[in-house]
Amino acid sequence: MLVDIQNLRIAFESRSGIFEAVRGVSLHIGTEKLGIVGESGSGKSLTARALMRLLPTNARVTADRMAFDGIDILNADEKAMLRIRGKRAGFILQDPKYSLNPVMTIGRQVTEAWKTHKGGGRKEAREAVIDLLAQVRIRDPHRVYDLYPHEVSGGMGQRIMIAMMLAPDPQLLIADEPTSALDATVQAEILRLMEDLVSRRGMGLLLISHDLPLVSHFCDRVAVMYAGRIVEELSAGSLAQAQHPYTRGLLNCLPSLIHPKSRLPVLNRDEAWLQS
Amino acid sequence: MAPVMIDVDQLRVRFGDNEVVKGVSFQVPSGGSFGIVGESGSGKSTVLRAMSGLNSAWTGRIAINGQSLGARRDRAFFRTVQMVFQDPYGSLHPRQTIDRILSEPLLVHGISDIERRIEKALAEVALPSTARFRYPHQLSGGQRQRVAIARALISEPETLLLDEPTSALDVSVQAEILNLLADLRERRHLTYILVSHNLAVVTHLCPQVGVMIGGEMVEQLSADDLRSGQTMHPHTAELRALSVDLEEVP
Repeated sequence: MLVDIQNLRIAFESRSGIFEAVRGVSLHIGTEKLGIVGESGSGKSLTARALMRLLPTNARVTADRMAFDGIDILNADEKAMLRIRGKRAGFILQDPKYSLNPVMTIGRQVTEAWKTHKGGGRKEAREAVIDLLAQVRIRDPHRVYDLYPHEVSGGMGQRIMIAMMLAPDPQLLIADEPTSALDATVQAEILRLMEDLVSRRGMGLLLISHDLPLVSHFCDRVAVMYAGRIVEELSAGSLAQAQHPYTRGLLNCLPSLIHPKSRLPVLNRDEAWLQS
Repeated sequence: MAPVMIDVDQLRVRFGDNEVVKGVSFQVPSGGSFGIVGESGSGKSTVLRAMSGLNSAWTGRIAINGQSLGARRDRAFFRTVQMVFQDPYGSLHPRQTIDRILSEPLLVHGISDIERRIEKALAEVALPSTARFRYPHQLSGGQRQRVAIARALISEPETLLLDEPTSALDVSVQAEILNLLADLRERRHLTYILVSHNLAVVTHLCPQVGVMIGGEMVEQLSADDLRSGQTMHPHTAELRALSVDLEEVP
């Protein structure tokens, strides 16, 4: 099993007391695609960041178990974490505009990622990077190699991020809202690309998003988070059979092209959803 | 047939040597809603920015309520046409209270009765009156977008230009904002132009839709025709197919 998390809790201390943002999340990921869906503030991104130990220092993390490929994340030293981050687990964030270095050419950035983890000479690195850019279906990798991030579109930027993350051949790809800054058409292309690469390379994928139907198209399983807990876990194919009123509410409040609704149902949040 | 509120004819916008809007024409009746869909870079937001006066480098004709607009607009224009932007984090001044944000348009237009109008505006977008003396960072994304809508409405405009008003929001909040926009339109007889890349959102609010690609509006059709697949242009069919495909819940 690639990832095994049991009873993860993340709390923040502030002047007004302790706020628990993640309240007992358990999940496991193998060589599969898991989606975590929830609204802003539901704790989905914190969960993923905790796994890479990328939380701010004032966060208090506890868990019965949190392991990546057998390595105990809770007690691993920083050196061990450096061998996981980037190398064995790649992280793709929402907006490539902020993730890419604006004053470095794309070729140099991807090369840096490749050389950091794989070593090798300059010529070898260049060839590998051109090949990676081609793998994320950039049509003209030689030209794109010399461009700066502001010269490429958002979709292209996200492809470059994916190429960079794939450079060290990681076992797990964590994608936190990888397409919410992109158009519907590009969104689908990027997700299809990720799905394809992950399946072909036998990797695990953790896809975090607020878009339930979208996630269910590209994942095997979906975990729905609400207020720091997983309220329901479903196989992606059985979304229509969702039981939890929150999951159902998320599906119902979407406007639809084919089935128009005169008025959109809104979520009536039930206090009981906060309890397990 | 309602009288024409917005008449755009052969609108062209150029950035340097690059023409990004290439002769776009459409009409919206008073109290009607027109949606513009297209991918990033198709020119849909540029059309809106030229209409709102944020970009003066355009040619063609833009008329609102029968009056042709020039590159420079007078104060009365900004009272009747208001815009709501995509990102409620970016469109509100971070160091001004909601009270200050809402009173500014009233001061600019010399509208009196500020106290009562702010109270009313907050109530109209269903914000608690306690929100009045808070700063934007103390509100949620949905509340912030309500503030942006309240600010747009406070000068009592007839037309709202909406640029992706819900794409930065959670789906549950999106539903609330779309319902709010529908209610306000009915109550105040507003005319909307809504720009979005989400076909479901656009057809939910707009009975008439224009499809843009590469700076041209290649097709105008009714939301019903778009739903049922009665499209003429291949790009419309493509956008529709993608939307339908992603919408199906397995």
